[in-house]
Amino acid sequence: MVAILYLISALLFIFALRGLSHPESSRMGNIFGIIGMIIAVFTTLMFKSVLSYYEIGAAILIGGAIGSFIALRIEMTALPQLVAAFHSLVGLAAVFVAAAAFYDPVAFSIGKVGSIKTASLVEMSIGTFIGAITFSGSVLAFGKLQGTISGKPIVFKFQHLINALIFLLIIFLIVLFVINQSPTIFWTIVIVSILLGFLVVIPIGGADMPVVVSMLNSYSGWAACGIGFTLSNNLLIITGALVGASGAILSYIMSKGMNRSIINVVLGGFGGEQDTSASKDNSDKIVKQGNAEDAAYIMKNADSVIIVPGYGMAVAQAQHALREMGDILKKEGIEVRYAIHPVAGRMPGHMNVLLAEANVPYEEVLELDEINHDFPMTEVTFVIGANDVTNPAAKTDESSPIFGMPILDVEKSQSVLFVKRSMATGYSGVDNELFYRDNTTMLFGDAKKMCEDIVKSLSA
Amino acid sequence: MEAHSSEVFVIGLTVFFLACIIGYYVVWSVTPALHSPLMGVTNAISSVIIVGAILAAGPQGFDTSKIFGLIGVVLASVNIFGGFLVTYRMLSMFKKKNKKTKEKE
Repeated sequence: MVAILYLISALLFIFALRGLSHPESSRMGNIFGIIGMIIAVFTTLMFKSVLSYYEIGAAILIGGAIGSFIALRIEMTALPQLVAAFHSLVGLAAVFVAAAAFYDPVAFSIGKVGSIKTASLVEMSIGTFIGAITFSGSVLAFGKLQGTISGKPIVFKFQHLINALIFLLIIFLIVLFVINQSPTIFWTIVIVSILLGFLVVIPIGGADMPVVVSMLNSYSGWAACGIGFTLSNNLLIITGALVGASGAILSYIMSKGMNRSIINVVLGGFGGEQDTSASKDNSDKIVKQGNAEDAAYIMKNADSVIIVPGYGMAVAQAQHALREMGDILKKEGIEVRYAIHPVAGRMPGHMNVLLAEANVPYEEVLELDEINHDFPMTEVTFVIGANDVTNPAAKTDESSPIFGMPILDVEKSQSVLFVKRSMATGYSGVDNELFYRDNTTMLFGDAKKMCEDIVKSLSA
Repeated sequence: MEAHSSEVFVIGLTVFFLACIIGYYVVWSVTPALHSPLMGVTNAISSVIIVGAILAAGPQGFDTSKIFGLIGVVLASVNIFGGFLVTYRMLSMFKKKNKKTKEKE
């Protein structure tokens, strides 16, 4: 009976992910997920060994209240931090469950204290290791996304060698733990893994965060898997594998969006100031500047406008003002669409959520390969808070660090409006030759303020 | 006993690989626009680890493992409620071009 209920729960989780293939079916998918979780929890509560309903109920209420409070209050622009914080909790929970299994193996029928089955010990320590890495890595990712810690990659000598040695040390500790089952060694594994988690994320810069967040998502799944093996629980194994696969695929898609291998991203150190030499050549070139009125005039006289949002839009909270601008243009009979680069923002799909929040219908929001061939037929492209993902150097300049990265062909449209705070380079540290083209007009200022001013000029 | 436990492990491994394959196909079918909600949902369901925490917190009395279990239940619950709710919030924003949005204007 228990096995069947767990199976139903696992199937519901699969349907929950399946539902996300389309916005229409996605809400139902989320409900499947919730039902699956309720079944899993109640089935476990029916176990004979589970007696302390009050304590467990209280724990669920406390956790549930905190989780609900946070989820209902969070700003959509802060989603990446929230997800990172949530991943850290999964990791920590995995460590605690593994510790509980170690201190009371009888409750999980994996042996007795001091003589736990070898296989269970291995699985337990692997679960602990991945859980602890997920925890500390996510805490650091949270700090970087929140801005508590500098988003710049922190690199030092022998970094990768040190990480490799720590990894070997952990393997050694696990072997030792399996042999003598000492609590001291168990906690040493926890502490060393936490250290490794920090060290793995520290060299990775702010704009590579979509990959890191996806990777930690994947780890949290593998941690659940490890615990599933320890408890011989198929529900945990299936769910962990689903989550692990999901995170791994997202990491792959994100790295591909930057034309870099996952390994290259993980090794870190990308971005920063090392590439200033290339930008110097452009110092004598002329940049055409404009203001909100010019932008309003140019767009009003166009037939079609494509808007390219990036992380800068999220930082400035400009999505609502931007949608308002789009609405006015649509009323004028102008075709308005949005083009999203796979790595725009700080987590996969970040821009889509922000535009949805601002009530932009999802049919108007298109992915890179859906819209890229439309740029030559487009009169105006409005780039707001994006930079590297529009840089034509990725196609032409082999020496550029971003060479080979798929980019939005904004330069092919008749004119480009570029909203930017200053002439500073993007995350990659590469200058964007797009700024100096004849058909580009730079609109300097805060993204939100600029959109509001354009709206004013359009309605005047 | 040993033979039995290795059999259990192989069954677990079978389930694991099949689930990875299902995960692979299901996740590739997710539309890129919904990648953020996907992270929300996966985050919520990975907290199914609460099952292990409940088993640890189950026995009466208050020993070390029970306390660890209860902490695990709290942490996983934060995620379960938080993950599903934030996904719900995200998904409810994805709207079609329909009459409702036009009426608002």
